Amino acid sequence: MKLKKLAIAAVCAFVAGSVYADKKTTETTPAEDVNTYRDYFMKRFPGVPLEEYANGVYAIDKVSRDNWEAVEEFPPYEPMIEDGETMWNTPFANGKTYGSCFNDDPAQRKNYPHWDDARKTVVTLPMAINECRTANGEKPLKYKKGAIANLLAYMAYESRGQKPTAEIPNDDALAAYNKGKQVYFARRGQFNFNCASCHMQSAGQKARADILSPALGHTTGWPVYRSKWGELGTLHRRYGGCMKQMRAAPYKAQGEEFRNLEYFMTHMNKDIEFNGPSARK
Amino acid sequence: MNTDTKRRVFLKGSLAAGTVAVAAGAGLLAPQAVLAAWPEKAFTAKSSEDALSGAFGSAASETSEQIKIKAPDIAENGAVVPVTITSDIAGIETIALLSTANNAPLVALFNMGQGAAADVSTRIKMGKTGDVVAVVKAGGKMLSNRKSVKVTIGGCGG
Amino acid sequence: MAKSSIKIRAKLKGGVTTVKCLMNHPMETGLRKDKKTGNPIPAHFIQDVVAKHNDAEVMNAQWSGSVSKNPYLAFKFNGGASGDSVSISWTDNKGASESATAKIK
Repeated sequence: MKLKKLAIAAVCAFVAGSVYADKKTTETTPAEDVNTYRDYFMKRFPGVPLEEYANGVYAIDKVSRDNWEAVEEFPPYEPMIEDGETMWNTPFANGKTYGSCFNDDPAQRKNYPHWDDARKTVVTLPMAINECRTANGEKPLKYKKGAIANLLAYMAYESRGQKPTAEIPNDDALAAYNKGKQVYFARRGQFNFNCASCHMQSAGQKARADILSPALGHTTGWPVYRSKWGELGTLHRRYGGCMKQMRAAPYKAQGEEFRNLEYFMTHMNKDIEFNGPSARK
Repeated sequence: MNTDTKRRVFLKGSLAAGTVAVAAGAGLLAPQAVLAAWPEKAFTAKSSEDALSGAFGSAASETSEQIKIKAPDIAENGAVVPVTITSDIAGIETIALLSTANNAPLVALFNMGQGAAADVSTRIKMGKTGDVVAVVKAGGKMLSNRKSVKVTIGGCGG
Repeated sequence: MAKSSIKIRAKLKGGVTTVKCLMNHPMETGLRKDKKTGNPIPAHFIQDVVAKHNDAEVMNAQWSGSVSKNPYLAFKFNGGASGDSVSISWTDNKGASESATAKIK
């Protein structure tokens, strides 16, 4: 197991150049970042339309795509959407439902993550779900898998086709965006990697048997049923797993670092439709 | 001696299948009643030949291009390999699906009932690179085809 | 009635009914080990699947633990009419069973 991780890391390190990883993260504006980010992939994979990046590695690899399309014939996440719908419709002990926190509309994906100026923090959908629960006298759910992933699957399904609002309304929000960008490009862990080492510079290349997916579109399809997990998991679960593969201590799911990271990445993916839940290997 | 034993198993098998079709067609029996016992020997056999002998009484089959196997050339993840078997051979009674490189190669047996078309799909685990084999029993004949699938991430580990 | 863990889709086209279903089951081969304890995980998998169109059995399948977790099964049969029922039931090696019924669309 250790050996496999090392091998993946070694492959990444081998091809890691520097696109703009070494630039200071505050030197460029969000609009410039979006253009740089997108142009990079458009040049790297000519002919792949922007919206296709919602499908991760399946946008760029035919063989993987064939496997995936067969799985999508009857996707493994479908029962979880129904479980999530049941959660949405089941009242809390006080008689209220999730609808009371979300304008009675489960199609909320486009509104998250967003900058909450009163609290000076990025609010994600899983965080809003747990705040809804605690406000109604219920215990918060665990953030990585299980019930919250089911509810997110239902809400994501109802939101399919929406695009991120991805607004950065003021300087405080911009500061959170830049912190997220910092998390993305800061080198860390035993291998001294950043997220871009594998998912920009090495996207489409093989790390042993794995084809590294392009960073563009990475936030659109969550929650994801990963065959490797054999179950549904959340974006922050995957963030944590990625950091472990880099041999770095992962941040906490829904902690400030990952919420800022999600805010930054969602901004990079604006104009790409939300298409969760989805299936990955 | 050996051949006789195999032959007897085979005959018993086809006789049972005939009864199933009639009983099910008449709607007389609950599904549990018409099911043949799960063939443990076939499913625990370590080689494809033993598995087929356990299931059909014989491992001999002729290659037939009338059996089509759809499976990826390279499995994205050996834990989930999508496979579809189709055939236009008349009178198919049973389709056996095997993964030759697995510890126990026999993955599934599909017994065709009233009106069933030979067109089945499932997702299987493959431990390593090997062949996906479909063996069809039709009108007392055994026919087969195979497709090689490269597995880079094994589906049986833990 | 508790919600069944089997999801079924049945569609009629050109006189042929296509049935696709997804079952919820761990499908443990018995060969895997628990990552934390190192103990083998006992075999636990669906052995028998029966598919019926109204009361007639159209197919039955027998499986090993090599069918993927949360198994998928699709098959076709001739005939069937819109509104007819298709039922799927399974039994696993521990004797547990489930069944579900859907209407042909």
